[in-house]
Amino acid sequence: MAKQIYFEDVEVGTEIGPLEKNPTTQQLVRYAGASGDFYQIHYDKDFALGNGLPGVILHGALKNAFLGHLMTDFAGEHGWLRKLGVQYRGMDQPGAKVVARGKVTKKYAEGGQHMVDCEIWLENAKGEKTTPGSATVILPSRAAS
Amino acid sequence: MANKYVTDEARKQIGKVSEPRTYDVERGAIRRFAEAIEDRNPLFNNEAEARKTRFGGMIAPPTFCRSMGAPIPNIQLNMPGFRALDGGSEWEYLVPIRPGDRITSQAKLVDLREAPGRLGPMVFTVVETTYTNQFGEVCVIQRSTGIRY
Repeated sequence: MAKQIYFEDVEVGTEIGPLEKNPTTQQLVRYAGASGDFYQIHYDKDFALGNGLPGVILHGALKNAFLGHLMTDFAGEHGWLRKLGVQYRGMDQPGAKVVARGKVTKKYAEGGQHMVDCEIWLENAKGEKTTPGSATVILPSRAAS
Repeated sequence: MANKYVTDEARKQIGKVSEPRTYDVERGAIRRFAEAIEDRNPLFNNEAEARKTRFGGMIAPPTFCRSMGAPIPNIQLNMPGFRALDGGSEWEYLVPIRPGDRITSQAKLVDLREAPGRLGPMVFTVVETTYTNQFGEVCVIQRSTGIRY
């Protein structure tokens, strides 16, 4: 397991990630199989073009999963991802790199737990945030352990 | 101006609940999902490593519930030939989902509204899906927004 981050280690503005992903058409097919989402716009180029798309596009849910990956890595074994929110604003296509990033926006104690709110997003090679979102993570505290 | 699709009558569907659906969580399905999203976290991939953690074994990654084929409430709208988009999701994680769990998912329409868009009126559906394990513990709550146009 990776090194554990503690509540005391983060401040407002602390950066999360980056986590780079290089989705391929093969990954889209694997995700379709694993998730059961077989909408053809994610693996059938002719179908996608016929629907006015530039080609096959990433499943929104796959991008959601990338941001989940970013946050469970951040939380570590002793943290817990409590909330995760994503909005699909822009399309992403296989063959192009996407980067998951985030930053801490608030840290506070609630119900005896040490909470951290984060702004998170997936950005494309141009730096455009195609998938903005938010997350709340419970982190372990050095004081409490 | 009156809504074209989301009439007062249509809004009476808010609160409508789907049939429940049961899904048995298999270790291999968790691993295949983790492989598909390329997340190599031992908690989602390696039982031997995961046993050494505070969870005592493998758990499902955050969006694994996507693979459970959760039901959706039957929403009736007089909107022939519409196209649909996934607008996004908000998740709450309360209890880990583990291999061997029997998860019951049930979905409820919690909002239905209409807004003007470039291509005509757009309809937003908000569906809340609750995933409950065999002990009656709510593990995950998912709120997803669908867009129809």
